[in-house]
Amino acid sequence: MSSPASLPAAARWLFPVLAIAVAVVAPPLMNSDYLYEAILLPFLALSLAGVGLNVLMGYTGQLSLGSAAFLAIGAYAAFNINLRVGLPLPVTIVAAGIIAALVGVVFGLPSLRLRGYYLAVSTLAAQFFVQWALTRFPWFSNDSNSGVIDAPTLSVAGIHFVTPLGRYYFTLTIVALLTALSARLVTVKTGRDLMAVRDHETAAKIIGVPVLKAKLVAFAYSSFVIGVAGVLWAFAYLRTVEPDGFNLDRSFQILFITIIGGLSTIRGAFFGAAIIVALPLLLARASSGLAGGALDSGSLDMIQRIVIGVLIIGFLIAEPDGLAALIQRAPNGLAGRVRPRSSPATR
Amino acid sequence: MGDFDLSFFIEVLVGGLLSGVMYALVAIGFVLIYKTSGVLNFAQGPLLLFAALTYVSLIERGIAAPLALVLVFAAMALIGIAIERTVLTPLANRPPITLFMATLGLAYVVEGSAQLLWGGQVHALDLGVSDTPFDVYGVFVSRFDLFAAGVAGLMVAALIAFFQFTRVGLSFRAAAADPYAAGAIGLRLHAILATAWIAAGFVALVAGLLWGARLGVQFSLSLVVLKALPVLVLGGFDSILGAIVGGLIVGASEKLAEVYIGPFFGGGIEIWFAYVVALVFLLVRPAGLFGRVQVERV
Repeated sequence: MSSPASLPAAARWLFPVLAIAVAVVAPPLMNSDYLYEAILLPFLALSLAGVGLNVLMGYTGQLSLGSAAFLAIGAYAAFNINLRVGLPLPVTIVAAGIIAALVGVVFGLPSLRLRGYYLAVSTLAAQFFVQWALTRFPWFSNDSNSGVIDAPTLSVAGIHFVTPLGRYYFTLTIVALLTALSARLVTVKTGRDLMAVRDHETAAKIIGVPVLKAKLVAFAYSSFVIGVAGVLWAFAYLRTVEPDGFNLDRSFQILFITIIGGLSTIRGAFFGAAIIVALPLLLARASSGLAGGALDSGSLDMIQRIVIGVLIIGFLIAEPDGLAALIQRAPNGLAGRVRPRSSPATR
Repeated sequence: MGDFDLSFFIEVLVGGLLSGVMYALVAIGFVLIYKTSGVLNFAQGPLLLFAALTYVSLIERGIAAPLALVLVFAAMALIGIAIERTVLTPLANRPPITLFMATLGLAYVVEGSAQLLWGGQVHALDLGVSDTPFDVYGVFVSRFDLFAAGVAGLMVAALIAFFQFTRVGLSFRAAAADPYAAGAIGLRLHAILATAWIAAGFVALVAGLLWGARLGVQFSLSLVVLKALPVLVLGGFDSILGAIVGGLIVGASEKLAEVYIGPFFGGGIEIWFAYVVALVFLLVRPAGLFGRVQVERV
C-alpha cells in the first residue's frame, strides 16, 4: 500500500492544504445556493462518514453494514441533547458523537468473537434495531409524526449559520478537524495496532498488540466520526430528517464511498463521496440532455443503481486501492501501472 | 400467564416453523455459492427478484407456464455463467471481503436491470396452490406453507445427496476446500463454479416463485436476503442442513417473540429479533451451528 506517509513531507501537506484552500475560497465565487444544498453539504457529510467507516473497515479490517444507524444515532442524539439539555452547539455535537461511540462499542462487542461474514451480518443488527427504535419510540423525536425531527438553528457563541454558505463553512470546519484527527490517528501507535489487527489478527496478538482493545477503539472512534457526520447531515444539510432516511441503502452508500475512494486512505473518502453525490446529478442531466427527458425517474433510479454496481465491481477488479491510488499514480503515467497490485487493505 | 392457550401457541409455532422453511429456501442459494467459491453472495436476493419478475412478466405476455419456467431457468443459467466469467474469475484469489463487496455491486446491477427491464410495479403471482388454512387437530395450517415446505424438503434432500454421494458433488467440495489443490489435480474450476451459480439461479427461481406468490412480485422481494442472513449465520454459511435448521429456529422464535414479547415493545420486533437470536447463538458458536470452524495459522 502506497500510503501518503511514503511521500516527502512537503507533498504530504500539499494536498490537504490545497484542498482546504479551494474549499474555503472557490464556492463563494460561484455564488449558487444549489451548489451548497445539493452538492457540497451532502458531499462533506458523506465524506466524513466515509472517513469514519474507513477507520473501521480500511484500517482495522472490520466490515460494517450498519453505518447509517450511527448517522441516525448522531442526528437524534444531537436533537435530543439540544432539546432537553440545551448545551452549546459544539458540546452538543461532541456529546452526540460520544453517544454514537458508546452504541458503537456495544454493537462492536460481537467483533471480539466473530470474524468476516459473521461479523458483517451481526452489524446489520445495529442497522435494523436503531431504525426500529427511532420509529417505534416517539420519545426520540419528541412525539413528532413517524419520527421526523427538525434541526435547530446552528449557532455558536452568538454567530448564526443560517445561510447555505454559513452552514457550508460550519460543516467544512468540523469535517476538516475530524479528518485531520483521523489522519493523525492512523499514523500513531493506536493506528498501527489497528492495521496489525487488520493484516493478521493472530499474528498481531502474538506480538503483543492488544487486539480486543484495538477493535473496540476502532468501533468507538469510527462510530464517533459517523455520528458527528450524522449531526451534520441532519442539522446542516437536510434540516428535517426521519428514521427512514437512514436505511440500509444509506449504509451501502457509505460503504461504496469507502470502496470507490480506496480502503485505508483518508483522502479516498472525499473522492468516493464526490462520485456518489455527483453521479445521480450527472445522470439526470445526461438523460434530460440525451433522451430529452424520455426516461422517467424510476428508470433513472434503476440506471443509477446499475452504474453504481458496475463501478463497484470495476473498482474492485481493476483498482482495489480505489480512486485515491489512481489519482496518486496518475502523474507517474504508465510507470505507475506496473506496480504490483496487492491489497493488504481488504484482507 | 394464567390463560395460556396451548393450541394458539402451537398454531403460532407451526406458522413460524413453516415461514422458517421459506427463509431456508433463500438461505440454501447462499450456501450453494459459499460451499463452492467461499463467497457470501449478497446478490442472491436480487437474483430471486429477477427470476420471479421475469417469470411473471412472461406469463402476463401470454406464455404458457412450463415454457416460461424453462425460459427463466435458461436466463438464470446464462446470468450465472456471466457472473462467473465477468465478476468472479477476475477476482479469483482475492480476500473474501473483496468478493463479498463485489456481490454487493452485483446486487445493485441485477436489481436495477430486473426493474429496468420489466418495470417496477407489483405483480400478483398465482401458482395454483391455494392459501386456505386447513384444520389439523384444532390447529390451522396453511396449505401453501405446507407445499412450500415440501418443495424445500425435496430440494434439500436432493442437494445433500448430490454433495455427499456423487463424484461431481465431491469435486464441488474439493474446489471449495482448496481451489489451488483442486486445480492442480485437474478439476475444472470454471465449470464447477459456473455450475454452482446455475444451481443457485435455480434455487433463486424456486424461492422467487414461492415468495412471489406469498408477497406479490415486487422490489421488496430482493429484501428477503435480509431474512436469510440470520438464518445463514445460525446454521453456518457452508451447511445446507444448517440452513434448514437455522431457518426453523429463526422462523419459530421470530413468530413466538412477535406474539408473546412484541406487545411489550410496541410490536414490529420481527425485523431485528432474528439478528439478536443469531448473535446470541454466535457468541456460543462463532461458526454457526453446523459451520466448519476455520483454523488459523500465522
